[in-house]
Amino acid sequence: MFEAVLLTVITAATPLLIAAMGELVVERSGVLNLGVEGMMIMGAVVGFAVANQTGSGTLGVFAAIAAGMAMSALFGFLVLVLVTNQVATGLALTILGIGFSGLIGEAFIGVPGLKLPELYVPVLSEIPFFGPVLFQQDSIVYLSFALVAAVAYFLFRTRLGLVLRSVGDNHGSAHALGYSVIRIRFAAILFGGACAGLAGAYMSLAYTPQWVENMTAGRGWIALALVVFSSWLPLRVVIGAYLFGAVSVLNLHAQAVEIDIPSQLLSSLPYLATILVLVLISANRRLTLVNTPACLGKPFVPDR
Amino acid sequence: MRIELVKRKEHSQLMALLSPLIAVALTAFAAALIFLITGHNPLVALYKFFIEPLTQEWSLNATIAKATPLILIACGLAVCYLSNNWNIGAEGQFIVGALFGSALPILMPDFANAATLPLMLIFGAVGGALWALIPALLKTRFNTNEILTSLMLVYVASLLLDYLVRGPWRDPGGYNFPESRIFSDAATLSYIPGTSISYATLVTIAIAIVLAIVLARTLKGFEIRVMGESPRAGSFAGFSSRRLTIFAFALAGGLAGLAGTMEVSGGLNQLLPQISPGYGFTAIIVAFLGRLNPFGIIVAGFVLALSYIGGEAVQSALGVSNKIASVIQGLLLFFVLACDTFILYRIRIVGRRHAAGEVSHV
Amino acid sequence: MGDGVADSVVQEMDDGSVRRRRSGENTLLDARGLTKRFGDILANDRVDLVINKGEIHALLGENGAGKSTLVKMFYGSLDPDGGEILWQGRPVDIGNPAAARELGIGMVFQHFSLFEALSVVENIALALPNPGRMSELARRIETVSRDYGLPLDPDDIVADLPVGIRQRIEIVRCLLQEPQLIIMDEPTSVLTPQEADLLFLTLNRLAQEGCAVLYISHRLEEVKRICHHATILRHGQVVRECDPTKETPASLASMMVGADVASVSAGAQKPVIGNTRLALSNLSARAATPFATALNRISLDLRAGEVVAIAGVAGNGQGELFDAISGEMPVAPDMVVLDGKSCGNRNITWRRRQNAAFVPEERLGHGSVPGMKLSQNIVLTRHSTGDKLISGSFVSTAQASVLEKRIKQKYDVRMSHDDAEARSLSGGNLQKFVVGRELDRKPGILIVNQPTWGVDAGAAALIRQALIDLARSGSAVLVISQDLDEIFEIADRIAVISRGYLSEAEPASDMTRERVGLLMAGGAETQGEVA
Repeated sequence: MFEAVLLTVITAATPLLIAAMGELVVERSGVLNLGVEGMMIMGAVVGFAVANQTGSGTLGVFAAIAAGMAMSALFGFLVLVLVTNQVATGLALTILGIGFSGLIGEAFIGVPGLKLPELYVPVLSEIPFFGPVLFQQDSIVYLSFALVAAVAYFLFRTRLGLVLRSVGDNHGSAHALGYSVIRIRFAAILFGGACAGLAGAYMSLAYTPQWVENMTAGRGWIALALVVFSSWLPLRVVIGAYLFGAVSVLNLHAQAVEIDIPSQLLSSLPYLATILVLVLISANRRLTLVNTPACLGKPFVPDR
Repeated sequence: MRIELVKRKEHSQLMALLSPLIAVALTAFAAALIFLITGHNPLVALYKFFIEPLTQEWSLNATIAKATPLILIACGLAVCYLSNNWNIGAEGQFIVGALFGSALPILMPDFANAATLPLMLIFGAVGGALWALIPALLKTRFNTNEILTSLMLVYVASLLLDYLVRGPWRDPGGYNFPESRIFSDAATLSYIPGTSISYATLVTIAIAIVLAIVLARTLKGFEIRVMGESPRAGSFAGFSSRRLTIFAFALAGGLAGLAGTMEVSGGLNQLLPQISPGYGFTAIIVAFLGRLNPFGIIVAGFVLALSYIGGEAVQSALGVSNKIASVIQGLLLFFVLACDTFILYRIRIVGRRHAAGEVSHV
Repeated sequence: MGDGVADSVVQEMDDGSVRRRRSGENTLLDARGLTKRFGDILANDRVDLVINKGEIHALLGENGAGKSTLVKMFYGSLDPDGGEILWQGRPVDIGNPAAARELGIGMVFQHFSLFEALSVVENIALALPNPGRMSELARRIETVSRDYGLPLDPDDIVADLPVGIRQRIEIVRCLLQEPQLIIMDEPTSVLTPQEADLLFLTLNRLAQEGCAVLYISHRLEEVKRICHHATILRHGQVVRECDPTKETPASLASMMVGADVASVSAGAQKPVIGNTRLALSNLSARAATPFATALNRISLDLRAGEVVAIAGVAGNGQGELFDAISGEMPVAPDMVVLDGKSCGNRNITWRRRQNAAFVPEERLGHGSVPGMKLSQNIVLTRHSTGDKLISGSFVSTAQASVLEKRIKQKYDVRMSHDDAEARSLSGGNLQKFVVGRELDRKPGILIVNQPTWGVDAGAAALIRQALIDLARSGSAVLVISQDLDEIFEIADRIAVISRGYLSEAEPASDMTRERVGLLMAGGAETQGEVA
């Protein structure tokens, strides 16, 4: 039973983890992209639609990633080239994404879904309890962990990662040294879009293999909160994602245990938890100031 | 080839006026493309979407009715955004306001007299203001980012409404449908006698005019604009950013709550699990399109209300999904933001370096 | 040209003198006819400049003369709109800073290009084309920095380091690339006199080793001390070249400005000292953020009729002190006393009503709202000071307009059209407006932070004279400044702030630059602790 619970936690945590990793890289480069929810839901609907039409879950995943990147490219053009307000543009991206996904998804409501295949790691997955949990997940779950490792390595052990961090710290200095702030940020934004799209695809192809309007239900926003909670450090995002994953499946399991709490209250726990976590982190001003990428959200217009 | 931004010495007054118009035009163009791609005649679709609803009385009234809550909420949001308070939770404030306002007719259905409606409206405004004060206080006290907190509370508010309507506030004589009892006549916001325009619209326009005057001519309006643009200068002027945050959120929440109560006591006449087609979010677009100015917001509210009605129109006439309306709304916000760039900047397209001359645009 | 024989091209200058081109086999950089435009502003107009090996070459000019723009073209941060650059005799196209570094050109920026959250070794790695392994680089940094007398610890995080050490990082970063030309943009603006001396030793050593230095400064005494040659820019054009060791600071100044600079007359009248208008008494405050400076038991009496100056290098608590006096940062009530009334916890509007006025360091964004018109910016500080700007909650645009015209006229504030936005004014004109706005109120007490930073000589002279006149008319004036020349010009008494400690304010006649330098470097702290 506990094993089943753990499995649901993993499934709930994975989209949060993936989306948050993408946004972490974007914010490390100094850009605030509030459009994660919009990109995620577009990923969900495009992934579902393509998988449904082609019969291939893999193609669906790739299409979702492309959709996320396309949307983030639009965002990138506005905030990097036209230097529009990042907060408002991110909101616009979310509104557009929700709208577009509703439009595309209308044809797919109620249509049976395509579930991504699970990957069985031979022998290891036979180990009682840990076996299925660790070694019998669908491929995206494994990918999410690889993603964390890759991002951590990239940011802190490669030169390009150092450059990206420097751009987020002081874009004026990075520009003065000759680095192309806009190109680096654009690449980061595209990466963020790809992750959000992937996270969305996971939701409609693995988590609940179907399309429901607004199915991401604010997970993109929670992913944003996770990035703050993690102080922009990859490993802490894992902790946060799994904590939130656990909170969000409480509703599911409480009903099984017949606790008499209104289901709406349980459903609201992830959102309330997000608020609590944000308050705790921001109340420690020193922590916030020292870890926040100094240029986060600030517009950059080079003089040439 | 590279696009460069050159900062203008001062705001371009011309672009400030033209920007919303250009944005609407570009949106219409993009909408035409979408219609084309989905296999419909773009000109017919655009006509049915934007123009036809204006030609018939019933659709015109429906547009005004939809514009009313949008305008009221957007006015409050404008005060927030002008002062750099990013209130994204208007939808939640709308809902909680409606809950507070509906408490009277639902819990005390026999209290039906001339005082009922005014009390409902007051409770509604207070309820919305209280809900908005949560992110405001978290921001002033703990420096917590108000975007995420106000947004999370939208989900909480929706769940709260859902719980009440399906549970304690469900109509006992309603055959187990998830809805509250119908409000009495005393609790219903009616039309202005002799017209098909609700009192809600009258109240909204009056508030918009008052806000316009406050923002443009009073010291409070000055304070709001200064704090939004240069918080440091605002502090130098003796203004308190904490007090302004509380004020802005309370005002926006109050107006959203008022709008929610007027909507529930007017058109809907009861509480349902869904009482808003996303007014709180569309109002964000209205605020930006109206350039954060109440008079501009009145026009912008009308334009966006039109998009709702237009969406229904193209659905019944051409079979296009009415979701096209939300897509068009999202595109509109994008174009508004992009066009606003030109108020502060000029575009310059730079060719190869050391090119003899540079091409200057706009 | 380029054949080893010294060019003897001779040019006529505007003032009739002749200039000999100095290029030859020892020439590193030869800039010819460089031009750069920003919109309708011509920042550099057909500039010629020659730098030879082993030469410390000064680039002089006031704020806005085009010095920074010119060197940014040498460093590849900006593209010239016209002209060419020859490096060691061959024309080059310096497309970006990496290309400049490859040629052998290094730059130490005025406002450092460092990354606060990163370590010293990471900061330096970012500027090197081939940094190699971090551990190796760390060792190289230790060696080279020690060798040149500027020791650094590679693992320190920049955010924790004081300004003088940060500049070392910039310099060592250059040195590691074995440059042939180092460009330094106002390097001593953030150093104490003693730290500056250390810098000059390093520069001389570099020159002896054959490295050239392009030294941008407006500090004429320094230029006289260490530079071999000087090129003077005015309004984007080269107006003179000379050997600074043969000139006086006054002659250099007039070359920079093009006329005799109106000298400020302070000494003519003896100050008549009246009551204490402002008293700071053991003013202490904790640092609000990890990057701020704490204030430590600061005490000062400011009396009517005098100008007191607080000298100090940037980052030692000036901003915090200003905020405590103005009311933006509340402190304990007795720590700030205005005309006998304890007001440490009263807000700025209350203090303004007691006839105090304030001019902050940042004129755009703090002293004024950039996107608002000047008339609106008047309302910013004068809405509650009895100027009839507000009646019944409504702002009187008519009255604001009257005040704007008056200030504009009295303080010679120039703008492109009537009632322009603050943003569109030049630095000097905006500063005249911001100072004039307060002087127009005839305040009894005026506190001003960096009165002439980034301001052209004409405006600076006007502002300094206005401050003196205000004091002589009976008001108390407190000036916080980094500019020692300015301080010695206008102050009756001088105190020094360092690391949040304030030294005793002594009569200007008793102070010398050396003493001020010593106090800046730590003397103030010891004094503060003993007091």
